[in-house]
Amino acid sequence: MTNHIAAGRSSGLRNAVAAGDRSALARLVIVMLVVLLGLTMLFSLASGASDASAISVARGWLFGAGEDALSVRDRIIINDIRLPRVVLGALVGASLAVSGAVMQGLFRNPLADPGLIGVSAGAGLGAVLIIVLGGTVLAPLTTALDTFSLPIAAFLGGLAATLVLYKVATRQGRTSVATMLLAGIALASLAGALTGILVFVADDRQLRDLTFWQLGSLAGATWLKIGAVAPIMVLAMAATPFLARGLNALALGEATATHLGIPVQRLKYIAIVSVAASVGSSVAVSGGIGFVGIVVPHLLRLAMGPDNRYLLPASALLGASLLLLADAVARTIVAPAELPIGIVTAVAGAPFFLWILLRKRGVIDL
Amino acid sequence: MIEAQGISVHIGTKRIVHGVDFSAGPGELVAIVGPNGSGKTTMLKALCGELSYSGRVTFNGRDLQSLKPVEAAAIRAVLPQATVLSFPFTVREIVKMGLIGGRSGVIGPEADLLPERALARVDLDGFAGRFYQELSGGEQQRVQLARVLCQVWMPVLDGRPRYLFLDEPVSSLDIKHQLIIMDIARDFARAGGGVVAILHDLNLAAMYGDRIHVMHRGTLDTVGAPKDVLSDALIERVFGCKLRVGAVPAGNMPFVLPQSAI
Repeated sequence: MTNHIAAGRSSGLRNAVAAGDRSALARLVIVMLVVLLGLTMLFSLASGASDASAISVARGWLFGAGEDALSVRDRIIINDIRLPRVVLGALVGASLAVSGAVMQGLFRNPLADPGLIGVSAGAGLGAVLIIVLGGTVLAPLTTALDTFSLPIAAFLGGLAATLVLYKVATRQGRTSVATMLLAGIALASLAGALTGILVFVADDRQLRDLTFWQLGSLAGATWLKIGAVAPIMVLAMAATPFLARGLNALALGEATATHLGIPVQRLKYIAIVSVAASVGSSVAVSGGIGFVGIVVPHLLRLAMGPDNRYLLPASALLGASLLLLADAVARTIVAPAELPIGIVTAVAGAPFFLWILLRKRGVIDL
Repeated sequence: MIEAQGISVHIGTKRIVHGVDFSAGPGELVAIVGPNGSGKTTMLKALCGELSYSGRVTFNGRDLQSLKPVEAAAIRAVLPQATVLSFPFTVREIVKMGLIGGRSGVIGPEADLLPERALARVDLDGFAGRFYQELSGGEQQRVQLARVLCQVWMPVLDGRPRYLFLDEPVSSLDIKHQLIIMDIARDFARAGGGVVAILHDLNLAAMYGDRIHVMHRGTLDTVGAPKDVLSDALIERVFGCKLRVGAVPAGNMPFVLPQSAI
C-alpha cells in the first residue's frame, strides 16, 4: 500500500519533470538536504580528537543530564568547542554558497564566485586593516564597534570590491564575463598587494593572528564570534528569498526583467549588499574559504534546475553541509594537527571548477 | 491608449530618434516599418521605458515615467528581438516567468494551465519539458512570445486595454509560423488590446496592420492605413529601392513586389 502510494508519487514527480515543472523535485531535494544537514551536524559534533561520541551527544541532548549523561569534560568539549564550530561552519558554508548563487544570478553567469572575482580579497583587505591598524590608526573605530569592527570592515571591503567589479564589467545591462574575470583578477591582486603592505608593517603578535586567519579556518570559533557575525549573515540570507523571482527574471536579461515588472536597480543593490555582507562576515571569522560558492549552486542546478526560489535555500543547506564535511576532513586527516579548511575546499573545489569549464566550454561565451 | 509626443532619444551623443509622435489605441495593430537603422527599435524601446527619452509617453493616460515596473508590467508586455538566456531553464519555466510581475487576468485553477495554453497558442504543444537552450532560433522566439502572452493573457483587464510590443516577432520564423504569430497579434487587437509590431515584411504589415507607421532617418515619415501609405514613391524615397505596389485581386490590400535594388 505504502509502496503503491510512493510509486504513484514518484511517477507523478517524473511526469511533472517531463512537463518542465521541476518545483516538486526541487522541494524533494530541499527536504533531503535538510536531513543531510542534520546528519552532518551530528557527525561533526561527534567527530574529533576527543572520543565524545555521536550517541552520547544525542543522548545528552535528548534526555538531559541522566545517569549515563555526558561527562563534564565531554560536555565542555561539545558545548564550548565543537558546537560553536559546527554552528559557525554551517553559517559560513551557507553564506558562501548563497552569495555564490546570488552573484551568479546577478552577473548572469555560472562562473561568478566571490572568491574568484576578488570580493573575498576585498573583504580580506578590510579585515587585515582592522587586525593590523586596529590598535593604532583605526583605534577609535575598533573601540566604537568592538567585536563588530572586523566583520564590518570586511563587509565594507567586499562591498567596495563588488561595486567596482559591477561598474567595470557591466555596460548597458550586459555583463561581460571576460571583463568580469579579468577585473576580478586585477582587484584580487590589488587587494593582495595592499594586504601585503599591511602584513609587512605588522608586529609579531599581529602576524600570528594574520597567518592563522589568512589560511582559512573554523578553529577559532567561539560563541562571541558567532554573536558578532550571525546577525549579519542571517539578515543577509533573510533578504535572498525576496530576490529569487527577480534573479530568475534577470536570466532573460535586464531589459526583459524590467518589462516583467522587476525593479531591477533595487534588486541589484540589495543583491550586492547582501553578497558583500555574507562574504565579508564569512571572511572576517574564517578567512579565505574558496570554491563553496561555485561548486554548491552548480551541483544543485544539475539536480533541480536553476529556479532561484529553490536554488537559494538549497544552496544554504548544501553549503552548510559541505563546509562541515570539509571541516571534519580538515580536523581529522592530519590529527592531532589541523589542516586549514581553505586548503581542503580548494583541493576539492579547484578540479571541480576545471571540470565545469571543460563541460561548458562551448556554452560559456568568454 | 498608448500616446507619445515629441519623442527624441540619444544614445551617447548620437541622436537616434527625433521628435516622433506615435499612438496606438485599443483594438488596433500598428505596424512600424522602415529601413535598417531608421530608429524603429530605439523608438519601441523608448515606448516601453527601456531607454531614456525626452518628450512624453502615456499608457492609458498615465505618464510612463510615473509607472512602477510592476504597474507597467500589468499594462504591456514586450517581445525583444532576441533573448539570450543564462541558465538552463525549461520551456515551461520560461513561459511561467511571464507571470512574475504581470497579471494574466486568469485566476483560479485555470491559471495553472496557462503556460500550456500559451504554448499551444504559438504551436509549441508538448515543448514544455524541453530545455530552452536546445531549441532552434524560431522555436525560442515562439517560447518568448508565449511568455509575453502569459503576462497580458486577457487583452482587457479591469476595463482597461493592454498592449503587446513586438520587435520583429516573425523575423526568424517560417512562413506558417509567421502567419500563426501575426494571427495571434491580430486576435489580441480584435479582443480589445493594442499591438505595436516592428515588421520588415511590408506585405505582412499591409495584411495585418490597421495602420502603418513609417520611420525614416529617426523621424516619423508617414503614418496611415496600409493602402494610403504604401506607394511606389514612398518606398523608393524611404527604402531607396524600386518596387511595384499592386493590389491583391480579392481586395484593396496592397502588396509589394520587389523589382530592383537600385
